[in-house]
Amino acid sequence: MQEKVKDAPSSQFKWVGTRAVRPDGVDKVTGRARFGADLAMPGQLVGKVLRSPHPHARIRAIDVSAAANLPGVKAVVTRDDFKDQPSEFIPAGEMMINYRDVVRNVMAREKALYEGHPIAAVAATSTSIAKQALKLIKVDYEVLPHVIDVVDAMQPGAPLLHEDMITAGVEPAPKTPSNVAKRVEFGHGDVAAGFAQAEIIVERAFTTKPVHQGYIEPHACVASVSEDGQADVWVTTQGHWIVRAHCARLLGWDVGKVRVTAAEIGGGFGGKTVVYLEPLALALSKKARRPVKMVMTREEVFRASGPTSGAHVHVKIGARKDGRIVAGEAELKYQAGAFAGSPVQPGAMCAFAPYDLENVKVVGYDVVTNRPKVAAYRAPGGPISEFAVESVIDEIARKLGMDPIALRLKNAAKQGTRAAYGPKFGPIGFVETLEAAKAHAHWRTPLQKNQGRGVASGFWFNIGGETSVSLQLNEDGTLSLTAGTPDIGGLRASLCMMAAEELGVDLDRIRVQIGDTGQLGYNFLTGGSRATFSSGMATVEAAREVIKEACKRAAKLWELPEDAVEYMSGGVRPAGANAGKHAPMTLSDIAGIAGKTGGPIAGYARINAHGAAPSFATHIADVEIDPETGKATVVRYTAIQDAGRAIHPSYVEGQYQGGVAQGIGWALNEEYIYGPDGRLQNPGFLDYRVPVASDLPMIDTVIVEVPNPRHPYGVRGVGETPIVPPMAAIANALADATGVRFTDLPMSPPKVLAALDEARAAGTAKM
Amino acid sequence: MAKHHIAAVVNGDPVEFLCEPGDTLLDVLRDALGLTGTKEGCSTGDCGACSVTVDGRLVCACLMLGVEAAGTSIGTIEGMANGEELHPLQRKFLEHAALQCGICTPGFLVAAKSLLERSPDPTETEVRYWLAGNLCRCTGYDKIVRAVLDAAAEMRGA
Amino acid sequence: MRYEAPNTLDQAVALLAAELGEARVLAGGTDLLVQMRTDVIDPVLLVDIKGIAETRQIREEAGGFRIGAAVTGAELKEYPRLGSVWPGVVEAANLIGSTQIQGRATMGGNLCNGSPAADSVPALIAAGARASIVGPQGRRDVAVEDVMLAPRKLSLAKGEIVASFLLPAKPPRTGDAYLRFIPRTEMDIAVVGCGICLTLDARGACTAARVSLGAVAERPLLVAEAARVLTGNEALPVLLQKLDAAARAACRPIDDKRGTKDYRIKVAGVLARRAAQIAYQRARES
Repeated sequence: MQEKVKDAPSSQFKWVGTRAVRPDGVDKVTGRARFGADLAMPGQLVGKVLRSPHPHARIRAIDVSAAANLPGVKAVVTRDDFKDQPSEFIPAGEMMINYRDVVRNVMAREKALYEGHPIAAVAATSTSIAKQALKLIKVDYEVLPHVIDVVDAMQPGAPLLHEDMITAGVEPAPKTPSNVAKRVEFGHGDVAAGFAQAEIIVERAFTTKPVHQGYIEPHACVASVSEDGQADVWVTTQGHWIVRAHCARLLGWDVGKVRVTAAEIGGGFGGKTVVYLEPLALALSKKARRPVKMVMTREEVFRASGPTSGAHVHVKIGARKDGRIVAGEAELKYQAGAFAGSPVQPGAMCAFAPYDLENVKVVGYDVVTNRPKVAAYRAPGGPISEFAVESVIDEIARKLGMDPIALRLKNAAKQGTRAAYGPKFGPIGFVETLEAAKAHAHWRTPLQKNQGRGVASGFWFNIGGETSVSLQLNEDGTLSLTAGTPDIGGLRASLCMMAAEELGVDLDRIRVQIGDTGQLGYNFLTGGSRATFSSGMATVEAAREVIKEACKRAAKLWELPEDAVEYMSGGVRPAGANAGKHAPMTLSDIAGIAGKTGGPIAGYARINAHGAAPSFATHIADVEIDPETGKATVVRYTAIQDAGRAIHPSYVEGQYQGGVAQGIGWALNEEYIYGPDGRLQNPGFLDYRVPVASDLPMIDTVIVEVPNPRHPYGVRGVGETPIVPPMAAIANALADATGVRFTDLPMSPPKVLAALDEARAAGTAKM
Repeated sequence: MAKHHIAAVVNGDPVEFLCEPGDTLLDVLRDALGLTGTKEGCSTGDCGACSVTVDGRLVCACLMLGVEAAGTSIGTIEGMANGEELHPLQRKFLEHAALQCGICTPGFLVAAKSLLERSPDPTETEVRYWLAGNLCRCTGYDKIVRAVLDAAAEMRGA
Repeated sequence: MRYEAPNTLDQAVALLAAELGEARVLAGGTDLLVQMRTDVIDPVLLVDIKGIAETRQIREEAGGFRIGAAVTGAELKEYPRLGSVWPGVVEAANLIGSTQIQGRATMGGNLCNGSPAADSVPALIAAGARASIVGPQGRRDVAVEDVMLAPRKLSLAKGEIVASFLLPAKPPRTGDAYLRFIPRTEMDIAVVGCGICLTLDARGACTAARVSLGAVAERPLLVAEAARVLTGNEALPVLLQKLDAAARAACRPIDDKRGTKDYRIKVAGVLARRAAQIAYQRARES
């Protein structure tokens, strides 16, 4: 059952809020849509990567001569083909990047820092020759001790990944290097004073494992560099302008020489916001003077891309008996993988964001380990810290005998609340999600035997950023819309709907495409739940420019002042005192006179989209546990979230449902499993266990709409928040069913059974 | 390495191709025959993105060699629509928004079609278990399952 | 790598026996192709046995069933009489992988892949199935529990092929069942598997039983002690508790990415009890 709360405001619209068929849909159900690996260029070579088998090793020498001399091998590249980059951190959406590290991640330099780290790449005339060539590359490694666990990596004497890493954010700066890249701190008030007022304090430590974004399409690209240095890349990415920027920088080429086209993208979830293969394919293509296609195997995807951090989190919350929270404190230790830059900062900012707290303090540490460098994953950092906080809040509610929704309502952030991370909230819909949860039939339905119910909330910021959109009025009055944020889950439909709404034309009058980097100004990537928000805002602006121009052209024809023409329902007419003086003209009529009234008509919006607004969610999960095997099954789930406004409700629901499914996987079975040798043991979908169709129930959704006043249609951005609450909702349901508090993710059957048996022995288990 | 010359039928059309003994049917479909609607997600039979039918039987094209296809009749996503008319499953996937990124969609459609040919009135549980070998990371399966059940109802004339 | 698809067992045996490098039998290929793809093996010869009649047929023989080693899981399911007589075997074979895998995967491959966690093997062992093995020295019949020795190690000589299985005639009042535990509902390798076949007398007491456990040792086990306790005189709940203990006692598992030793041992007992209850029910109804 899908519900929509506050449906009324949307009904003023013809297209916004409807469930139109997406414009790219037919291509995707017929197999016609072209994804990253679906392009073949004439004469293309196959590129393959040699990867380190060691989690930590100094690379003394690389001998590629035998590989280069193998017939059919056209190019080999190593660290020698990429010049070093200075160390500086540059903001990149929700994460930070440092080109010193990016160049080392795409191709190891001094050391291999994780199993799977690229050492060399070859381009050859066939896959089998390329694979044969990799076997001929001789690498002289000095194997070094490695460290996989975040807490181990912080110990004095732990193997150092970067001998020059001095912890940032600590005064005075430490004198000795460590694996701690950075310390961050957020908060306000006096937590010690707050805890002194508390009548109940709950303090718990939590651990989470790295989990992979798990997009079904592996990384893939085709690169072609011509003799005059003009380069083309076809690639599956969340941001082709980012690919262009990174590649140009790493290769020392002019940005304008590189054109990047975004293929249809087979899932990203944050994992396709960085470069892996693209610079290698370009370097190989330049050397070979032929196009080079590179596609990762699934094993390479797991070993060398993504995942998000595993973490160790400590949370302490104090409250009065009436449920009012008086202090909250958290310490977060996040694995960054081989290079600095875990999402600990957003994790720290999110931890207590849903709550109005007088005294709050969060400290976070960004810690390097011998694992693949983490990439953004849906609300990067948030699910980890909020899992811990939402679990402790649930425990406080249980201990106080309070309804967990009532406790959250008592402490909920509202408009004007100063967030734990600094700013004051504008209009937000957190309370509305809690009220909707309380009112939902799910919350009142009795549970069956061996079942428990949990509730948890979640927050994500959402972002705006640089965005360009063009909208051309074609000579017959149809329109061509070009956006620059790759469409992963229905964006083109939403943009068309907003354009049609503005212009008062039918949806099928607009054809939409994602333009390449040569066709539009800069676009930041699809991430941060920004695409519908930012490209939507730019689309509206471009449409209004077309409308303004249409009025201007009619005014010229009618010899009226511009402000004497008004735009109504897909056309123009004289307004005010001149009303009725001329017959109205449709957009098609205007298109017909474009030439003689000044030339082609188009709107082109180039904006830095400001005013992104956070989205809050509250989820309810029912879980059934097999008391003898410890297996937990989610039997009912309801996701309630503030969308601001749902442009296309089906795809908003889809975001909620997809985030929940990923969260259920994170909660119950997904994890990176390492052996003592520092090698990943489950680099495939067989043992990296993402939820399958038979694992899940239908996922009910409720779209709450508290419009974002800073967006022309009230959009907030909905993609990331849905993955935040599930882990805590499920842990809280398990606690409800079993009487045991689970603090280690994933809550896999062996862990659940062991904890249940321990609680049974202690007499504290409910089953 | 000698290549094998193989003749088969794909989506009703006779085809011939050359393949090395180690080439999978997926390699052949995508690279030799240019039928890139069949996707590669894992090449280990764990994701179902390469689902096709061989002599009416649903299989992963990554787990079958091209040489094993000799004399068989293969069905891929490219053969699902009837001319300009989409298969009811294709239409229902669009109406229900049962796809987000779309990479798993061809595999789901081929697998679901195979289900409905055997079981025209499946339960939700039957649909979920039949499709358990098709991974979708975007949708949480909810809208996919609804689309399959709705297509089944339409095809039954219900 | 060469690919050969002979039409007779003799030809297949000759090809395998003559190859000096690594030669592999190709049946459904659902394990073999994955191992080739991930560079676990690099064979120089593949012998596809699906063109050989015996490997592809299900025949009723001596009151039981002869099942070709290359019959797929989907084909087993579509042979209704087999499922009504030996439901545990068919269910076990049908648990291997997805619908797509079922279209290719075979019990011969499941056994010869040499995994202690193979789903169909404990069910075949519990049912008393025998493998018919053809090699350079001719044909021999071997109890299924004697085929696998250790992970990736079989008791087959060079050139030998498992051609078919014989499921025996089922005695009256006999029922079989197979259960496995996996973390998800599908698509996982068994953490523990348990196949049980038992025969009741006219009063409903168990007179004979075979209990086999998978994924709890270096190979699937036939657990004689677990079978023995089932033929005791106690009330069913007591028998089941003893079965649970006997099953646990037989386990010698490892800790790995799919489960811990402790967990496998506990769950082996649970599955043995649950499978026995299903087998009882089926024996009563048969």
